[in-house]
Amino acid sequence: MTDQTPFVEIRHAQKSYGDLEVLKDISLTVQRGEIVAIIGPSGSGKSTLLRAINDLDPLTGGEILLEGVQVNKTLPHRQYEKHINAMRQQIGMVFQHFNLFPHLNVRDNVTMAPKLLKGISSKEADKLAEEQLNHVGMLERIDYYPSQLSGGQKQRVAIARALAMQPKLMLFDEATSALDPELVEEVNLVMKKLAEEHMTMIIVTHEMDFAASVCDRVLFMDQGVVVEEGPPEKIFKNPDMDRTKEFLRKHLAGSK
Amino acid sequence: MGLDFSVVPSFADALLIGVLWTIAITVCAALLSFFGGILFAVIALYAPWFLRLPFRFFAWLFMGTPLLLQLFLIYFGLVELGIDLPAFVAGVIGLGLHFAVYNSELIQTAIVAVDKGQMEAARTLGLSRPQALIRVVIPQAVRDVIPPIGNNMIALLKDSALVSVIGVSELTLSAQLAIGRTYRPFEFYAAAAVLYYIINLGMEAVLRRIERRTQLSR
Amino acid sequence: MDIDLMLRVYPYFLEAAWVTIQLSVLTIVLGLICGMIGAAGRLSRFAILRFLAAAYVSFFRGTPALIQIFLLYFGGPQVGIQLDAFEAGVIGLGVNIGAYMTETMRGAIISIDKGQIEASRTLGLSKFETFRKVTLPQALRLMIRPLGVNINAQIKGTALVAAISVVELTYTAQRYIGSTYKPFEMFLIAGILYLIIITASGKVISYLDRRVRLQ
Repeated sequence: MTDQTPFVEIRHAQKSYGDLEVLKDISLTVQRGEIVAIIGPSGSGKSTLLRAINDLDPLTGGEILLEGVQVNKTLPHRQYEKHINAMRQQIGMVFQHFNLFPHLNVRDNVTMAPKLLKGISSKEADKLAEEQLNHVGMLERIDYYPSQLSGGQKQRVAIARALAMQPKLMLFDEATSALDPELVEEVNLVMKKLAEEHMTMIIVTHEMDFAASVCDRVLFMDQGVVVEEGPPEKIFKNPDMDRTKEFLRKHLAGSK
Repeated sequence: MGLDFSVVPSFADALLIGVLWTIAITVCAALLSFFGGILFAVIALYAPWFLRLPFRFFAWLFMGTPLLLQLFLIYFGLVELGIDLPAFVAGVIGLGLHFAVYNSELIQTAIVAVDKGQMEAARTLGLSRPQALIRVVIPQAVRDVIPPIGNNMIALLKDSALVSVIGVSELTLSAQLAIGRTYRPFEFYAAAAVLYYIINLGMEAVLRRIERRTQLSR
Repeated sequence: MDIDLMLRVYPYFLEAAWVTIQLSVLTIVLGLICGMIGAAGRLSRFAILRFLAAAYVSFFRGTPALIQIFLLYFGGPQVGIQLDAFEAGVIGLGVNIGAYMTETMRGAIISIDKGQIEASRTLGLSKFETFRKVTLPQALRLMIRPLGVNINAQIKGTALVAAISVVELTYTAQRYIGSTYKPFEMFLIAGILYLIIITASGKVISYLDRRVRLQ
């Protein structure tokens, strides 16, 4: 990898479900340590784009590259599985509905993948779990089951679970949308902390204030295209495009 | 010829040994039906068609025919193939496979019903599909069907009486042997019924405990 | 696979299948009657009836059907009950499945919304009229499918009377396995006949289910 290679590069991403085209030729690069927010109305394709980055929703056209390595390679089934599992270990993902494993306690939620995939010992795994849970302020709940946690606590554990694989890139898919308003802040704080540590993050969000305060760059998507992108001050204060203005007006009116 | 229960205590040892064998065969067959049920569910859902289709046919055949008939097939069929298994093993295989098919139906439904997000979360961590199934999806599916599987296990206990007809010396056969010596069928079948009832109560208590212990992990 | 042999013996299996059908119909009818009485008892105002019905359900569901049949057939004469094998089979199996049907029917009846009963009582219907005109018709709709599960189990359950030498399908299969040493072939003939009977009864039940749901 040379210095010119972008950290994440999306080239001509295209995706259709039958006749419906949900991503229309999107190209985008993200630098190491950069924090990018993707905003837009529901159905704009922002989650689909995010989920294409780790090939959870495979593209129908175009390429995704992480440090110059293509993620969505076309390979025979077995080789593809091996390749994608290796890629996904480097890409952490946090879901709207947490998707914690309910049959495992907090500790095992965090340690299952590292133990299984990196072959670390139980002792190392315990240390790792304690570190990561401490990081998100959930250490004292290490022996709880997900059913005993609030939504905000679940999401913090889910972040710790993703971090335990030591990913190079974190994807957040509306991480706070399913939370009660009073629980949003605790998750935002954890994400801010990651930002301060220069984790590369791509964040799909509805929280304009959060995007404005944390992100280096904001993308506004609508109907499968990136309508406008730029630094948050520009996008939120002085957007060029009418569609962006309209979205922000409606959205800010609705949330305030 | 009236009733005279005073003959029963002199056969207490034989009946208790019968109880132990009934418990042994129930536990062995229950374990076989549990793990067999998981395996069958995976075959029915994920195996290639040349395994899946014959399997589904046999599952259909087993669910539509009586256990007793299947026990005869397995017992005499093994003899026919020159495999000389002890009656106990044949009984465990017959009972275990029969209930494995029923458990498999439950587990299949539960696997399909596990939230798609669970598979996604496991895959995004880098787990392969088989790893995600084994570590994440199947444990949750099995946990979800513990109560109905428990009901199947209670049915299995009662159906274990059937293996007496292929010569497994469990409680029913012990009662029959005592009857052969005393000609007092009512007394000994009544005693056997009481003993089955007690085992049944014990088993229900154990199952309730298992259900309670899985409460948290929902 | 010995097709010749199968063609030679299948008429005997057909006769036996007829016995299995008779056993099924008789035990299911008896089971439904026991189930109704049992459910009425379980829901009775009188503690003694509730207790008796609960004891009935508990005993017959808590012990093997095979033991119950043996107790009736072999033990019956000791207490003055003389039955031939077929009669003992029908009564033993019918009373046994009745215990399961009791719980099915009770479950359907108690799942009817309390608001339905209150609405009917405020219209001035008596308790009995409410049960007959409001609760029961709704409960019947709910119970057909689970009763279908009981009936499906019962058809297979008739095989138990092979153990007291009633010449039905399983007994016939067992006898021919013993004399021909062709377990798989004999299993197949009997199995197909069981599947035909069960599939047919399943069709009848889903027809009934559809009809009551349309009303």
